[in-house]
Amino acid sequence: METLEPLLAAHPFFKDLRREHLQVLAGCAANVRFEAGQYIFKEGEEAKTFYLLRHGRVALEMAVPGRGVLTIQTISEGDVLGWAWLFPPYRWHFDARAVELVRAIAMDGQCLREKCEQDHSLGYELVKRFAQIIQERLQATRLQLLDVYGHVSHR
Amino acid sequence: MPCRVRARRRETRDTVTLELEGAGSELGEFAPGQFNMLYVFGVGEVPISISGDPARPGRLVHTVRMVGAVTGALGRLPRGGVVGVRGPFGTSWPVEEAAGSDVVVVAGGIGLAPLRPALYSLLARRERFGRIALLYGARTPGDLLYVRDLQRWRSRMDLEVDVTVDAATDGWRGDVGVVTTLIPRARFDPTSTVALVCGPEVMMRFTVRELQARGVPDGRIYLSMERNMHCGIGQCGHCQYGPFFVCRDGPVFPYQRIAPFFRLREL
Repeated sequence: METLEPLLAAHPFFKDLRREHLQVLAGCAANVRFEAGQYIFKEGEEAKTFYLLRHGRVALEMAVPGRGVLTIQTISEGDVLGWAWLFPPYRWHFDARAVELVRAIAMDGQCLREKCEQDHSLGYELVKRFAQIIQERLQATRLQLLDVYGHVSHR
Repeated sequence: MPCRVRARRRETRDTVTLELEGAGSELGEFAPGQFNMLYVFGVGEVPISISGDPARPGRLVHTVRMVGAVTGALGRLPRGGVVGVRGPFGTSWPVEEAAGSDVVVVAGGIGLAPLRPALYSLLARRERFGRIALLYGARTPGDLLYVRDLQRWRSRMDLEVDVTVDAATDGWRGDVGVVTTLIPRARFDPTSTVALVCGPEVMMRFTVRELQARGVPDGRIYLSMERNMHCGIGQCGHCQYGPFFVCRDGPVFPYQRIAPFFRLREL
């Protein structure tokens, strides 16, 4: 039977991950697709999964009273969607909507947590990779907050 | 030299592009990345990058963001209005030197204006370069410059155009996020790439970091610096930047040359 191991190995998030770890992770993976406009998850729902995007673009959105639905960020091919599965209470903090056709690998969060408990070296590897993503998104958010284009010399 | 406003186009809520023609004499050539000192009679003078096509030197194009007295007066000039022009001044983007390499152009906000002549030059001799990517970030969709150019460039198969905004508005179907987030997924060979970067200094700092993380050597990253240029010829000292004068030694610098000063505060 074909596994998703080659697809996992080809995704930037799992670059250079050890083969035995990839084999374990493939047991928690499934191929998924979302049509344009389809919600992948919604704020407050249980976070059971994370997604390795292989194609297409996803908008991360928040409904703000009086202002409607705001897009906070978009992510696309090569990116990772979601880390709420890793931290209690395992609930999504925003909506994720496919802007165009999205193809992704869905990783089962509960399955992964169990594997990580059994093999702490796999767990450490995953947490390191997620910490890197969280750090990058935090930096990008800080830069976004600076509103750098709004301030110029006044001549 | 006196010039007349031949045409004007409103780009955004606070930004106007002026097309100037010589009033009585021919305009000279310029290189992509250079700037002119524009003088509004009775108001004052400001340095403004040239944003037109270097292959059409008879038409001098400047994009002006109206944020102060002089730029406000420039932006309000009607067709036929007269403006004084000194220049062109400063160093240029290394378009010739980039032949045979990939080129990644990273623009933030009005930083696209001084990069547009470089894009025109790159596309005019497209076969001489490898991959070309334009990564452009703006505050909102309403702040995007040169929308018609962007549409035309997007339709080309030989140019990757990625546009992102910090804050989306209704109807925006593009990317949301800072321009630096476009760098990891842009298609270019880092070791054989020339990067041209212009935007607010903090944006350029983060851009340099991302380009370095992709493996682009410091000597292949070029930045356009902005300082308070007055004389334009390195005499008055207003635009001193470490040992350099931005008007004479810049505005385009190889990152390698200014790296020791780039993160110094109050410089």
